[in-house]
Amino acid sequence: MSAPLAAPPAGSADLLPAEPGFGSAVRILFARVGAMCLVELQKLRRDRTELVTRAIQPTLWLLVFGETFTRIRAIPTGNVRYLDFLAPGILAQSALFVSIFYGIQIIWERDAGVLAKLMVTPTPRAALVTGKAFAAGVRALIQALAVLVLAAILGVDITPNPLRLLGAAVVLLLGAGFFCCLSITIAGMVLKRDRLMGIGQAITMPLFFASNALYPVAVMPGWLQAINHVNPLSYEVEALRGLLIGTPARLPLDFAVTAGWAVLGVACAAALLPRLTR
Amino acid sequence: MADTQTPAVAVRGLRHAFGDNVAVDNVDLTVESGEIFGLLGPNGAGKTTTIRMITTLLPVGTGSIEIFGLDVSRRKMAVRRLIGYVPQLLSADGTLSGRENVALFARLFDVPRSVRRSRTDEVIEAMGLADAADRTVSTYSGGMIRRLELAQALVSSPRLLILDEPTIGLDPVARTGVWERIAEVRARNGMTVLVTTHYMEEAQEHCDRVALMHRGRIRALGTPDELIAGLDVPAGSLDDVFRAYTGDDLDGGGIRDVRATRRTAGRLR
Repeated sequence: MSAPLAAPPAGSADLLPAEPGFGSAVRILFARVGAMCLVELQKLRRDRTELVTRAIQPTLWLLVFGETFTRIRAIPTGNVRYLDFLAPGILAQSALFVSIFYGIQIIWERDAGVLAKLMVTPTPRAALVTGKAFAAGVRALIQALAVLVLAAILGVDITPNPLRLLGAAVVLLLGAGFFCCLSITIAGMVLKRDRLMGIGQAITMPLFFASNALYPVAVMPGWLQAINHVNPLSYEVEALRGLLIGTPARLPLDFAVTAGWAVLGVACAAALLPRLTR
Repeated sequence: MADTQTPAVAVRGLRHAFGDNVAVDNVDLTVESGEIFGLLGPNGAGKTTTIRMITTLLPVGTGSIEIFGLDVSRRKMAVRRLIGYVPQLLSADGTLSGRENVALFARLFDVPRSVRRSRTDEVIEAMGLADAADRTVSTYSGGMIRRLELAQALVSSPRLLILDEPTIGLDPVARTGVWERIAEVRARNGMTVLVTTHYMEEAQEHCDRVALMHRGRIRALGTPDELIAGLDVPAGSLDDVFRAYTGDDLDGGGIRDVRATRRTAGRLR
């Protein structure tokens, strides 16, 4: 028997490791993020059923809400058809709904002992959180694909430009990553599944309604516009709408805000994660 | 080796309280490099809290812990590199295959890419799981999951293997299987093993030295034979030792014990 079951070689760097420098710390962070993302993909490969059931809700929003409000023309969206206006909003919404319950998964993994075992490996907490954020993003992307196909069937005019589609995918990934981290942050504060579910439900709808997903900012009352200003979902929707449908958008600002929230989310979730295994 | 004198684990004046409940009360403990050390006691004795501080999960408040000379509070990452940890709950990921579970831990411990595959195969083989390696873990029995967790903990060649109640919830055959695998690997590479258990007969059979823990304190420490010999009871056992030192029966676990066992057994079903 060789390597793993043999005695660790005396005098190897492993024995009494020196404090790693900044360069190697960054390298380790990236390696660990890669490992955690890979394992999340392996998990996703095995539960496809959920991907189908989760596509039902956005489908209903587009088919029922979208078609109806397009017909009654109650929401002024200028020269853009309401269904076209709505489709990117529903993309962002379905990403939000997928991500916001990742905290529950973390609590489940805590209860099952999986999280504690990962926490005892030499893995920065930020890497564990980023793996989850990535998984939320991939789920959101798969769902987005289903929503986009449906939207195209309903006649929504989506850009065929691959660069714009790629940009939309990045925005969606960042948005889903942020809401996943928000959920893990709350999990780290409340520590209990029931309370997290309550809070998750209590914040998703306000986030959704206080954004530009369903209606343009111009029709909102002043106080709602103010909330809309700090709501990360609104920047995500504006970018998606600009990229996919071609409505006016402040793309650099939208990207910066979405990415900024995502980084902040990883930092907060990573800081609170150890509370779960104490 | 240069550091055979450095103990694997050195715990000094360790204390931890959850509110008013003092779980660990002024514990001193030294685990020598290369031995199998058993931390014994009923559930609620403070074993798991001690283990959680040693494994960096719980911050060390009062007292100190050194792992091979490294201070646990200041060198968390370095300490984690030296440890393989198997928690009390069966905690392999049920949605992954056995091989994927082990490969993840090989990556998390920087096992070089060139030997990752061979090392993964090797530990899976050594734990007797080669035939089941590509099956989803949700199809494994409790004993198989425990052995898979050993494979996960061993793939990084840890210098210190920490096992929290490794045989809880397993049937007698699976229990023996787990101990045999631990003994085999230890015989081959001389790693240190720190194990908690409340099965006295297992400790008596498999541990080099044991510490009896009761209500947060270490009540007795020594080899099983020493402790039993000190009793002056004919054909005594560690159970008798425990009773003599604490005046308590070991079956003090009560409802918590039953619940933990059920939870462990019921997972992944």
